[in-house]
Amino acid sequence: MATTDTVMEHHDVQNQQGDAWSGGKEPFRASYGKLMMWYFLLSDAFTFAGFLISYGALRFSSPTWPVPDFVFKTAPFMGHRELPLIFVTIMSFLLIISSVTMVRAVQEGHRENKNGVVFWMLLTILGGAGFLSCQAWEWTNLIGGENMSVTLNPFGTHTESGAYLTDDGKESDEVFHAGYSFLMPKAGEAHHGDEHAEAGHAAEYSQGDHPGYFMDEKGFIHRKYIVTAGPDKGKVKMEDFGPRAFGALFFFITGFHGFHVFSGVVFLFIIMINAASGLYIRRKNGYEMVEKIGLYWHFVDLVWVFVFLVFYLL
Amino acid sequence: MGHLSYEQAKKVVYKGLVILAAVTLIEVFFSLLGKGHIVESFKFITWLHYLVGLLIIGLSLYKAHFIIYEFMHMKYEVKGLAMSVLLPTALLIWAIIAFFQEGNSWKHRREQIKEKNELPADGQDGQQGMRSGDTYPLELKS
Repeated sequence: MATTDTVMEHHDVQNQQGDAWSGGKEPFRASYGKLMMWYFLLSDAFTFAGFLISYGALRFSSPTWPVPDFVFKTAPFMGHRELPLIFVTIMSFLLIISSVTMVRAVQEGHRENKNGVVFWMLLTILGGAGFLSCQAWEWTNLIGGENMSVTLNPFGTHTESGAYLTDDGKESDEVFHAGYSFLMPKAGEAHHGDEHAEAGHAAEYSQGDHPGYFMDEKGFIHRKYIVTAGPDKGKVKMEDFGPRAFGALFFFITGFHGFHVFSGVVFLFIIMINAASGLYIRRKNGYEMVEKIGLYWHFVDLVWVFVFLVFYLL
Repeated sequence: MGHLSYEQAKKVVYKGLVILAAVTLIEVFFSLLGKGHIVESFKFITWLHYLVGLLIIGLSLYKAHFIIYEFMHMKYEVKGLAMSVLLPTALLIWAIIAFFQEGNSWKHRREQIKEKNELPADGQDGQQGMRSGDTYPLELKS
């Protein structure tokens, strides 16, 4: 029995849970904590999959959908230049790099190198905090600058080709094709990439129906256009809001992922402090706690791979 | 644990960084190509959109595989653990097929409702109230 006792001592300093694990023979040759982390991540994967599949179903159900390279074309410090997907690519890199530094922290843990663990975990935390800051900027820009909310989506897509009307209701030479996206501006706010709403011009808009546009009670300017092709050729129509579900799906899904990143950063911080205090040296199990938070952190990166795919790339 | 030496494992990590970064860049490039940002005229080629979409999905699955097997060390776990975690996700294949089908069907319904709403009210010949079975007396709220 002497051998069993040493095995117990070695593996179960912090796990006194089940008999199976205390019996010296670990199911799947993994510790209780690690195995349960895997199963937690599996369940979390189903939650995210549910969200992303509902996004897909609603996108399929809608005749038009905001084009991601039109919606996500802004970046901080870049003014009004059009940079489709560049900013989210930088966000992805931040998560990838922080995933790599996390692997390094786990490796240093296996070597029982305390300073290495703390150093690489610190870099991981910085990567996570950087990602959260980027997301905060992205959300601020969407909510404050572009007026998107959970129930309102000013990003629309034309389903017909047409030409915008001038302020006195005449057909202008500003034409567009079916499939082109637009962002409905609010009166008094000039939008990047929208030549029509120059700063001086936008201030002149007034509420109600006009030959060239319609302004609703919230101040959104619906520009009028004449259809130039298709069965409705010659009819005058006006721009309308895009599918409503887009805002809700965007904020809930990226918000849920951002919340995972945030909790990850908090746990990483706690575990880094514990590691620095020498707690895991005393446990003599190769910094298993760092390995477990590492699994979680890689999962956050893994989820981002699919959020990035579904929201930004497709 | 680690079936690799420390030096080997370190190399794998930095190789991983290069692979993941490169695959991400390729994905973004393909996505912008399909949307007509690199060659303007590509915006309206429908089959290209599908091809690019499939490529990007494939690359993302490769990234996911790499993260799980290398970074999360699934490669070095026993087979039972790997299967008990990975096999349940196969259920998602059904979920994707079922719900995308469902989404498509909603779209058809909406189009049908829109078409019927645009028809002139069928007042002539006292035909009011005659609706075919697949039409629903619903109004779409914007």
